[in-house]
Amino acid sequence: MENTNLNYKNIPGWNSDADPENEPTYPMKKYTGDDHARLNWKRPPLQTPTAEILKSIERPNLSATFGTPVPPSGLSGMIRRFAFKFDESEYGHWLNLLLADRVNVVEGVIDDLLHGHVPNCFAEEGWKAEWKYNKKNVVKKVVKVALLTAAVVFLFTKNKEKKSKNIFGF
Amino acid sequence: MLAMNYRGPYRVRIAHKPMPEIQHPGDAIVRVTRSCICGSDLHLYHGMVPDTRVGTTFGHEFIGVVEEVGSEVQKLKVGDNVLVPFNIACGQCAFCKQELYSNCHESNPEATAASGIFGYSHTTGGYDGGQAEYVRVPYADVGPTVIPDWMDHDDAVLLTDIYPTGYQAAEMGGIKTGDTVVVFGAGPVGILAARCAWFFGAARVIIIDHVEYRLEFAKKFAFCEAYNFKSMKDPVLFLKKTTDWFGADVCIDAVGCEAEGSPLQTITGRKLMMQAGSATALHWAINSVKKGGIVSVVGVYGPTDNLIPIGNVVNKGLTIRANQTSVKRLLPKLIGHIEAGHISPKEIITHHIPLEEISDAYRIFSDKLDNCIKTVLIPPSARK
Repeated sequence: MENTNLNYKNIPGWNSDADPENEPTYPMKKYTGDDHARLNWKRPPLQTPTAEILKSIERPNLSATFGTPVPPSGLSGMIRRFAFKFDESEYGHWLNLLLADRVNVVEGVIDDLLHGHVPNCFAEEGWKAEWKYNKKNVVKKVVKVALLTAAVVFLFTKNKEKKSKNIFGF
Repeated sequence: MLAMNYRGPYRVRIAHKPMPEIQHPGDAIVRVTRSCICGSDLHLYHGMVPDTRVGTTFGHEFIGVVEEVGSEVQKLKVGDNVLVPFNIACGQCAFCKQELYSNCHESNPEATAASGIFGYSHTTGGYDGGQAEYVRVPYADVGPTVIPDWMDHDDAVLLTDIYPTGYQAAEMGGIKTGDTVVVFGAGPVGILAARCAWFFGAARVIIIDHVEYRLEFAKKFAFCEAYNFKSMKDPVLFLKKTTDWFGADVCIDAVGCEAEGSPLQTITGRKLMMQAGSATALHWAINSVKKGGIVSVVGVYGPTDNLIPIGNVVNKGLTIRANQTSVKRLLPKLIGHIEAGHISPKEIITHHIPLEEISDAYRIFSDKLDNCIKTVLIPPSARK
């Protein structure tokens, strides 16, 4: 790629925010000393939990506000509750949460089916857009999946043939 | 109401959800008129952020009209057009008092390292986001800011995250007049960081990426040099050479956990998830900056560990500055730059897409289809 020299001093806004006094800059700049009072600031009014809220064991209480739309539930919820027994430095916390996320995906599909909705994965994954703008990639993926499926079917039927031969002692 | 609904990695759809309600006296309900898909939303979309629950609505970049306010809200009134910073901040804790609004301690019970963010998993508080028709906005008197009458709403929506994040990336670099600044990543934030670096008096700005159309755009929009790391053997060596074997004064990581460029990082970080994403850009930044230089990190990483050359940080005497952006702190200055004609962030928007086409919108942005740089979603009520 060709790069050109330019008179950078003519760039709109050039040097307008340069300030030798601005050092150290954010995030250290506005230190107030209030840190030494620790968590003893005047707290905002506290939101009342209307759903189960999981809390990090690295803090003594819930924050004054939090989100409530998707509380933990089902098997993934049980894994999440277990994850929150670990502190934020431990793999037991984060890896269990990732595991819960994957379990939750399966729960989501089951929940859809129970509600009479068959998830349209092609639409949800945006394949219409991929087809519109990148047909080559779609074709590549279809060929890959077809080859993989053919290989699996071939191996499966081959094994089956071997097994059925063994039953008859050949 | 209609809202984006996460169903699993690479699967999102539009769905009907209950209207949000006031749950705290400081809350407001905002009718969304524009929301964006952010590069960091892709980490959620790709299933890389722990505690991303099925049914969650993403979206931390949005503007809208105040529909309802809680009993303690004094600064906003119904009908106000507001831009809503992505950070949820109480304005009262020790961190907010230091203008560390992105480090508020009263907005996220589920992790102490991260503060509340709209629509960004339960690791940041479990709030629903703005890729919806309506959204609950906590601490409405603190973050939300009335949009000036003269401002284009496409500029306003970019003031909720990426323009401030680009600016803060440059600011944290402590750029001095005459400095050479290298930005890793020509996504929306990297492009804006490159542009904002000039405000601090940079004499040379270089951007590094591998997506050719984005490099072309960056060169024009940010007046910077743009290089494709796939066209060079070693970007660190290239940067040393082009800075007279000295190293850049400031390096900015505007990529985060889904960086390309190193097979080891890609396999261990993105494919096997044995580390908190691929830290290639941060690795290059540390190794490309001069001794005693500053590395500014705004790229998003996961909560566990990453492989970076920390020994080089020590041996080179580097300063690493990093944070989520304190949007509210920066708004007056950044609005001023738009008003003065120094920058028009909306120029980076390439796609306006109806909210109902959310699945396609995510695919377009994630796969960089149709030369996409920045996508804005428009809910049906805002199109009438």
